[in-house]
Amino acid sequence: MERLTTAAARNIFYGGSVFFFVVFAALVANSYVQARTMERTHPISAAVAHGKRVWEQKACFDCHTLYGEGARFAPEIGKVWLKYGGDSDPAAAEDALKSWFAAQPTGVAGRHQMPQFHLSDADLHDLIAFLRWTSSINTQDWPPRPAAN
Amino acid sequence: MKYQSQRVALPYFVGALTIFTLQLVFGLIGAAMYVDPLLISPNILPFSVVRMIHTNALIVWLLLGFFGSTFYLLPEETERELHSPRLALVQFWVFFAAAAFTVVGYLFGNYGGRSYLEQPMVVKVGIVLVALMFLYNCSVTALRGRRTVITGILLLGLWGIAVFFLFAFYDPANVVIDKMFWWWVVHLWVEGVWELVMASILAFLLIKLTGVDREVVEKWLYVIIGTALFSGILGTGHHYYWIGAPAYWQWIGTIFSAVEPLPFFAMVIFAFAMVWKGRRTHPNGAALLWSLGCAVTAFFGAGLLGFLHTLAPINYYTHGTQLTAAHGHLSFYGAYAMVNLAMFTYAMPPLLGRAPYRQRLNIVSFWILTGGVALMSAALMFAGLLQTHLERVLGQPYMDVQPQLTLFYWIRLIGGVITASGLVLYLVAILVPGRRKVPVASGLVPAE
Ligand code: HEC
Ligand code: HEM
Ligand code: HEM
Ligand SMILES: [Fe+2]
Repeated sequence: MERLTTAAARNIFYGGSVFFFVVFAALVANSYVQARTMERTHPISAAVAHGKRVWEQKACFDCHTLYGEGARFAPEIGKVWLKYGGDSDPAAAEDALKSWFAAQPTGVAGRHQMPQFHLSDADLHDLIAFLRWTSSINTQDWPPRPAAN
Repeated sequence: MKYQSQRVALPYFVGALTIFTLQLVFGLIGAAMYVDPLLISPNILPFSVVRMIHTNALIVWLLLGFFGSTFYLLPEETERELHSPRLALVQFWVFFAAAAFTVVGYLFGNYGGRSYLEQPMVVKVGIVLVALMFLYNCSVTALRGRRTVITGILLLGLWGIAVFFLFAFYDPANVVIDKMFWWWVVHLWVEGVWELVMASILAFLLIKLTGVDREVVEKWLYVIIGTALFSGILGTGHHYYWIGAPAYWQWIGTIFSAVEPLPFFAMVIFAFAMVWKGRRTHPNGAALLWSLGCAVTAFFGAGLLGFLHTLAPINYYTHGTQLTAAHGHLSFYGAYAMVNLAMFTYAMPPLLGRAPYRQRLNIVSFWILTGGVALMSAALMFAGLLQTHLERVLGQPYMDVQPQLTLFYWIRLIGGVITASGLVLYLVAILVPGRRKVPVASGLVPAE
């Protein structure tokens, strides 16, 4: 510490920060390209894109987590499509989710509540298409116990 | 107070404390909803709206505090008046009005976007305008006045805040990419450029309060912010583990974020070393207590609680549990709430033209506020550990696990009530000066 001059410390700070930021940006660019490439096998239809907007407009993430991010008041939702059996019977899963939304809030004492959003049929369909898309993404095997989340 | 224009800090500080109060009110409502979900109908006031007001209010009051602190310290550092005190006042009212408009809008369902960034588009654009006014005003002041390392680093941090906020406008349909860049705002703020702001404000306070030499402080500052950015930039990887990004982030995030506690540790050593070296006892002991408490609590909340879940093999299990909330509370409070509360404590007496007042009450409020937040975080930590075990190891469904955590949610609510009472005492200590109007004595003239 004694031998380090302030000017040297400053130069190390600027040089190092630029260096690490460039490395970071390069890695993010690589991840970006991989994520775009993934869209070829997991196409983002107009419905999925609009479903994501509904998810944002209703601030679902301020109760739920999606891939573990958001709020912690309600269940993780990233793979909920699989939980409702979407991989084997998509039509039944969509129906099940629709009736789930229709039944909220439950009013059961002591149980966290989800509001009634009165979504139109089209919005609901797109929202579910979005949840179907998120369930197909490779999240490096997370969550550890899919049945729980 | 040496310079007239420092006075513009006053509305910023009072505004920040007002919004801090709002934040805690909504925190209490949210915590109450955890223990009694039927308290308020979700169709009238859902938890989501409560949470977004709580978190947005947090960010807004911290930013107001940073703005005000900058306006307060800039004239003393640059040895000249602010470029435009009037612009600073306009900026305050634009920002404050936008915040009020946003909160009312939230209550009526006008929101959308991503976590912390739920503001409607007009408000986001307004935030950019406010940032431009602010950066212009401060940069011109700094360029024309004496250059110090403290102002340099502070302004670099503030520019960084504005630049990374721009990623709030980028919201692609691909969730993986969306999340990757959402963290450019959230992580590169709190574990990047905000650390620059925190370190420079702390350095300013320590110089004033202990009388240590500027030269000593400056070298420390570069070491602190160097370790912060060298670890924090690639440390962003600790949020890329499970969001659909490539697996290599597990290595990068783990290795670099493991070093992230270092700058927080360095700030603790720095703060105490300055006090030992310091030649004088400043009459505002409460401000020194807040400054030291800030460094220490930030180290616990960000350094230790952050490290606890930052390694990929551990984060695999703890990700998105109450453990995250435990860390979020103690880190934000320790690092950024406390640095602001330290500055308010230091600057309010001269802003009101008085000698330091209500020191004892202020010190009591320090312990109650800090104790309350620590209790909340401890409760959430136990809840999070139990949740991790039941949900992520045993595989019990989320909704079955929640009732088993009720005890901890009650303790969190009690911790919240303690925190809120601490704030009430702090407000009294800061905003209600004693009747005696003491002229600023020579002992108060800041050291250089
Ligand atoms: C105010 C908080 C809140 C908001 C906002 C919210 N939810 Fe929920 N959600 C919940 C709660 C609580 C549950 C669990 C309810 C239960 O099991 O009784 C839940 C359950 C669900 C489930 C079933 C999960 C499962 O594992 O079976 C789905 C699907 C869901 N929500 C989707 C959404 C979507 C999509 C949105 C946005 C349009 C949304 N939620 C907004 C609180 C919320
Ligand atoms: C003052 C500095 C810090 C603040 C204010 C802060 C704040 C936060 C907040 C609010 C979150 C939750 C984000 C969300 O999902 O909404 C979070 C997550 C996280 N933080 Fe920090 N943090 C800080 C420093 C650190 C440090 C130094 C580390 C590591 C050593 C760290 C590690 C993490 C990790 C791993 C997560 C993700 C948790 C999860 O997987 O759910 N943080 N932080
Ligand atoms: C009266 C005291 C407080 C109470 C009762 C309280 C309660 C809450 C609740 C219920 C949530 C939502 C958690 C969830 O998503 O499930 C929350 C989130 C949050 N609070 Fe507080 N809070 C309080 C004070 C504070 C303070 C003082 C800070 C920081 C200075 C803070 C920072 C945050 C942050 C960053 C989040 C979002 C991150 C997350 O969800 O983990 N809170 N708080
Ligand atoms: Fe982070």
